[in-house]
Amino acid sequence: MAKKTPRIGKKYTVGSTILTAFFTVLCLVWLIPIIEVFINAFKHNNAINLDAFALPTKETFVGFANFVKGFTFGNYPFVKSLLYSLIITVSSVALILLFCSMTAWYIARVGSVFSKIFYYLCLFSMIVPFQMVMFALSYTVDRLGLNTPYTIPVVYLGFGAGLAIFMFVGFVKGIPLDIEEAASIDGCGPVRTYFKVVLPMLKPTLISVGILELMWVWNDYLLPYLVLDINEYRTIPIHVQYLKGSYGTVDLGATMAIILMSILPIIIVYMFCQKHIIKGVAAGAVKG
Amino acid sequence: MGKNVPAASGRALRLRRHNSKSTIKRWFPLFVLPTFLCFIIGFVLPFYQGITLSTYNFTVPNFGDTLVIPNADASAVQMESVGLQNYEKALDAGFMNAFWNTASFAIVSIVLINVVAFAIAYALTQKMRGSNVFRTVFFMPNLIGGVVLGYIWNLIFGAILQEYGTYLTANATYGFWGLVILVAWQQIGYMMIIYIAGLQAVSEDMLEAARIDGANGWQSLFRVIIPNVMPSITICTFLTLTNSFKMFDQNLALTGGLPQIIDKEAMAKINSTELLALNIFSTYNTSKNHHGVAQAKAVIFFVLVAVLALTQQWATRRKEVQQ
Repeated sequence: MAKKTPRIGKKYTVGSTILTAFFTVLCLVWLIPIIEVFINAFKHNNAINLDAFALPTKETFVGFANFVKGFTFGNYPFVKSLLYSLIITVSSVALILLFCSMTAWYIARVGSVFSKIFYYLCLFSMIVPFQMVMFALSYTVDRLGLNTPYTIPVVYLGFGAGLAIFMFVGFVKGIPLDIEEAASIDGCGPVRTYFKVVLPMLKPTLISVGILELMWVWNDYLLPYLVLDINEYRTIPIHVQYLKGSYGTVDLGATMAIILMSILPIIIVYMFCQKHIIKGVAAGAVKG
Repeated sequence: MGKNVPAASGRALRLRRHNSKSTIKRWFPLFVLPTFLCFIIGFVLPFYQGITLSTYNFTVPNFGDTLVIPNADASAVQMESVGLQNYEKALDAGFMNAFWNTASFAIVSIVLINVVAFAIAYALTQKMRGSNVFRTVFFMPNLIGGVVLGYIWNLIFGAILQEYGTYLTANATYGFWGLVILVAWQQIGYMMIIYIAGLQAVSEDMLEAARIDGANGWQSLFRVIIPNVMPSITICTFLTLTNSFKMFDQNLALTGGLPQIIDKEAMAKINSTELLALNIFSTYNTSKNHHGVAQAKAVIFFVLVAVLALTQQWATRRKEVQQ
């Protein structure tokens, strides 16, 4: 039923050509903000202030000067914030996927009072805004010494567990028990059953949960801001936010270069796996 | 009960099946404990502490007018239990202003985002060239974080308003509609994806039947398609509602709550374009003395979001087609 079937006619009609033309224009308009960043990253600061929409001319084009400046601009090396963002995102998402899927399997297969309570706590945590817990969280994390980029994944696992477990439980419940029983007859204990049989079947859900968590952690501003010592550790969103505060007048050219450098990796990744991302989002939403 | 004992007979086999739950249970420390401990640290404990902290007043001896860094040394702070006093203080002019901002922002963006996203999804599920490319483009803004988006749009609005000799934080109206445009641009693509999934699941037979019965395009849209995509509408209104109430990053990066205006009744300075989440944050950052009040605001905020989310779920679920 999910197969796409054309609704009207078999051929492209005149109406559909008009529609294509309309959407082509709309998509170009949609891309203006991103094109803007791209254009201005190569323009001289004064030229951006004068007219941000103008294309770079011979006089205003500065080549990669903004990028060179961008690497040291803002009292903090851009490369460092990129690196911290990468470390935090990759380890947090890996941790969430591994442990939450394991927990979800346990919850779905062991119907004890504990697993029910834990499951409902997870559902509950999904409607609690971060503002409710953030002050106490930053205090607790500080006390436990979890305030470094290498330990912050623990905090992400804790706060992100709700959504991930909810989605994994929904999927595990749909897997027929027979397969796991067959594995246990063949002599697999729970650990081998999980890693050899269940985990491979979870792949589509792993992808959609992974994408949702990836988008959250990579772009998150508040949690690292509150938890980390921002003079020492900055992620990309924190770095960008602090560009404004670090100088009296903002060097727009360098700012645009930094923004371009920070969105380019995401856009490239998106180009390569947009099918997975879009499918993952659709699947995730239907479950939620 | 050893793991590697071969199944000798049918009876042993059934026994093993029967016991599989308790076998899994033995692996509790591996499967559940790490997640559970992190969940306690990252959610349960701070949630509980959040409620308690909201009933305390914090004072710092010889406190200056410096901004309080969240991670500052806590030893100098004195705590005093004040019952529900913080809740009375919480509903100040700034909070009420932020509440009305958030409510109007939520209404405008829910309607705008859902109507446009549905229209685009409906058009893109028709037979049409380039449909996949369009989807890719519309979804793209979602990948960029709120803070970065705020800066990009700051530049664009700045450049446009400059033509008219003004700027984004000149008055609250610009900031409000600026945020609406930014968020619509960001979220329409996301909701579109959900609507497309919903529309593709509407059965062709049902539409065919409607056509044979003489339904025109509008009739099949309102009588057949929309009732059948109610689950998608539930999800999308839920997401846009909670997203707009929890909006923070974009608000911070676009206007940061500016411009400041003076509320004549309360005789206090308030940040005119602040939404609730940002108001809580800026209250907390005012000084240590405001920590209790900020936490009380956060509790009120949580109750508000929870009640809205549950009510919305209940209201739209009733409208879904029972199958």
